[in-house]
Amino acid sequence: MNGGQDLGGMMAFGPIAVEQDEPWFHAEWERRAFGLTLAMGATGSWNIDMSRHARESLPPSEYLTSSYYEIWTKGVEKLVVAAGLVSPEELTRGQSLSEAASIKRILKAADVPAVLARGGPAERPIEQLARFAVGDQVRTRNMHPKGHTRLPRYARGKIGVVELIHGAHVFPDSNARGDGERPQWLYTVCFSGRELWGEEADATLTVSIDAWESYLEPA
Amino acid sequence: MSQHRHHHDHDDHSHLSAIELRVRALESLLLEKGYVDPAAIDALVETYEVKVGPRNGAQVVAKAWADPAYREWLRNDASAAIAALGFIGRQGEHMVAVENTPEEHNMVVCTLCSCYPWPVLGLPPVWYKSAPYRSRAVLDPRGVLAEFGVNLPESTRIRVWDSTAEIRYLVIPMRPEGTEDMGEEGLAQLVTRDSMIGTGMALRPEAAR
Repeated sequence: MNGGQDLGGMMAFGPIAVEQDEPWFHAEWERRAFGLTLAMGATGSWNIDMSRHARESLPPSEYLTSSYYEIWTKGVEKLVVAAGLVSPEELTRGQSLSEAASIKRILKAADVPAVLARGGPAERPIEQLARFAVGDQVRTRNMHPKGHTRLPRYARGKIGVVELIHGAHVFPDSNARGDGERPQWLYTVCFSGRELWGEEADATLTVSIDAWESYLEPA
Repeated sequence: MSQHRHHHDHDDHSHLSAIELRVRALESLLLEKGYVDPAAIDALVETYEVKVGPRNGAQVVAKAWADPAYREWLRNDASAAIAALGFIGRQGEHMVAVENTPEEHNMVVCTLCSCYPWPVLGLPPVWYKSAPYRSRAVLDPRGVLAEFGVNLPESTRIRVWDSTAEIRYLVIPMRPEGTEDMGEEGLAQLVTRDSMIGTGMALRPEAAR
């Protein structure tokens, strides 16, 4: 979706604020928000694409004025309600008003190392052959889906070259709406800076995105 | 500080900010429901605050500098080469390593969120997740690099990798001059976090002392 998360090419956010010797967390609530997000993710009540979509579907004005872990917190709030684990009223009160819903699994402290080590690999087997080969020229689709997508606005309707093929990966656009993993071939597609940004762009610049097959057409 | 905390540790939360209250309410609700184990939250936080960080990636880079066969492996199958050093798991399941040269400088961003190779770099710094970097890294990377104090020759091509999928990118910075006699351990001290994102260069030996 064309939300506040899709930032590539925007201007006027000011200088990059680099913090020397930055701590991993800036407050105790950030630790809790981080741990809660991962622990709830491990319950299997949603997938990573749903959680990205929950964050990016905040109104742009809110997304852009919330700190990182505020966005995560608001995302988890939306997800627990959408999954039927918590009612909006319980969320407002911070108190349980009904029996807990059944949940697939609860992450135990002892299982944390194994769960993190396993991670969430996104590569899947696929029967179809890859439509494109390394070196092929492709054009990204001009599309503006209301749901989740990982094709950024600045790279839509642009001509690029396939540089790497990564195997078939879970398709976020369908997975985020609970419509299945529907794996597709995933490619690194490289664009010239001038293709993306016009004549004024740095002539030495190239930018790549990782693009699922259905984002691409032959060109 | 501990006295201050003790004083307020009852039910008076009036000194807490809106977001502190919000996270506290969410956590207590999810605990009450039995969906999360607070010890698991502690273990998750501890992992990324204590155990994982850019020293992992620095070991990978130092080994690639010192050992041509490992460098070749890392370039061809980064997931396996990095896993061989024990750095595996969440947000590093599918790794690609890209190498900086005098001709081409690589830099990594996630314009859509905050994708970052956790097993080798730890959690991303705030600037990496923030709008100024995410917006400009793909449009004006030379300007971004200048803000980091990196001024490349005009002839050096710039290649930006926008991490839009589950592939995670590790930049192998150029090995500094005057390091021919150094072993992997010493070399790893020269490898900064930013040099592995592409917003910095590896340190010269005299700067690391």
